[in-house]
Amino acid sequence: MDEEHILKDHIHAIQKIAEDIGKNITIMEICGGHTNIILKYGIRDILPENIHLISGPGCPVCVSSQYDIDCMIELANQHIPIATYGDMLRVPGSKYSLDDIRAKHGNVFEIYSTTEVLDLQKKYPNIVFFGIGFETTAPMTTYLIEHDVMVYSVHKLVPPAMNILLQGLVNIDGFINPGHVSTIIGTHAYKDITVPQVITGFTAERILRGIRILVELIRNNENTVVNGYPEAVTEQGNKKAQTLLAKHFSIVDSEWRGLGFLPKSGLEVKKDTLNAKIKYAHLLEKVPLPKKTKCRCGDILKGLIKPEECPLYRKVCTPDNPQGACMVSEEGSCAISYRYGK
Amino acid sequence: MCYAIPAKILEINGETAKVDYGGVMKNVNICLLESLKIGDYILIHAGFAIEKLDKKSADETLQLIKEMLHLSEQDSSNA
Repeated sequence: MDEEHILKDHIHAIQKIAEDIGKNITIMEICGGHTNIILKYGIRDILPENIHLISGPGCPVCVSSQYDIDCMIELANQHIPIATYGDMLRVPGSKYSLDDIRAKHGNVFEIYSTTEVLDLQKKYPNIVFFGIGFETTAPMTTYLIEHDVMVYSVHKLVPPAMNILLQGLVNIDGFINPGHVSTIIGTHAYKDITVPQVITGFTAERILRGIRILVELIRNNENTVVNGYPEAVTEQGNKKAQTLLAKHFSIVDSEWRGLGFLPKSGLEVKKDTLNAKIKYAHLLEKVPLPKKTKCRCGDILKGLIKPEECPLYRKVCTPDNPQGACMVSEEGSCAISYRYGK
Repeated sequence: MCYAIPAKILEINGETAKVDYGGVMKNVNICLLESLKIGDYILIHAGFAIEKLDKKSADETLQLIKEMLHLSEQDSSNA
């Protein structure tokens, strides 16, 4: 079958299964990479009316709390050399962004890979790395801890968030699980989540295939995890990465934008001497709690509203003038919706 | 940040591998994987290899999924 026929086959099958199901169901995807493909190819618009596909908190920059962001920016403002992934640079803090501090003081460095931080460390021995990301990216931070680089960690774990979302305001019937988080944690990490789930790859066909499998599981009441990305995901995951995570991080309660403090959902640096939150506690205790703004990122991340329903979207909040993390990050729902014309 | 790229290993030097993805050569860190060989395909994320791409078993499993979908389609049309 050629690509077009395969896609039509999936859509046809999804329609049949949706008819069998009859009632409205909601499936949630929690991976910024998947959000991007779904919006780019208009996948939501071709699903049957009773299948609602919503975006969840799949963007690690977006789910970092405003307070943590303000803390990170304050360290930079105090002339401490900072290394960060690029999409953190323009996230608005309560007063400035890291990009503003970079322009003012020049001590903020954008990196693609944590290996670059080691080079920076030669010049700036007290450099601090902002560890943002889910389980896919946290192992790259362990590399820095092994090399005695200080870290401010806001790394977060996906399965605990999935469980909390199931208890939330939106009734979720199934999940499309993140692709590369699953590469690290393995499919077995999701076994306690009591709805059907599918892991998919990153093409329109793979996502449609994943949705097809997922709605069938929902129809059949099969609470299982199907691995639709077997070339990159195994049942056990990457054991070496998992060992490094356990060696260098403790699992702690963590604040997620929009979801509040979730128990055992974050990773904290074990070694006190490499934990920037401890080393610079005297600076960070002066950071005030952020004020409430009209930004609705929190509700967007929970799947309560779509970006188009936020009063600031496109009117005030645009990629050039972002009001919140969801518009800044490449994987943010608002940035993605804006990119594809919603 | 979620995106990961498949690439082929050309050289291995300690914990760094020189890889080829679609003609672009790059150095990546392979400390998160074990027993890699030249010619292996790996998935790269943020400058690190995170998984060896096992093409053979992946192909087999994908075939199984295709058959599963075909069977379930027959089920729905027979129902």
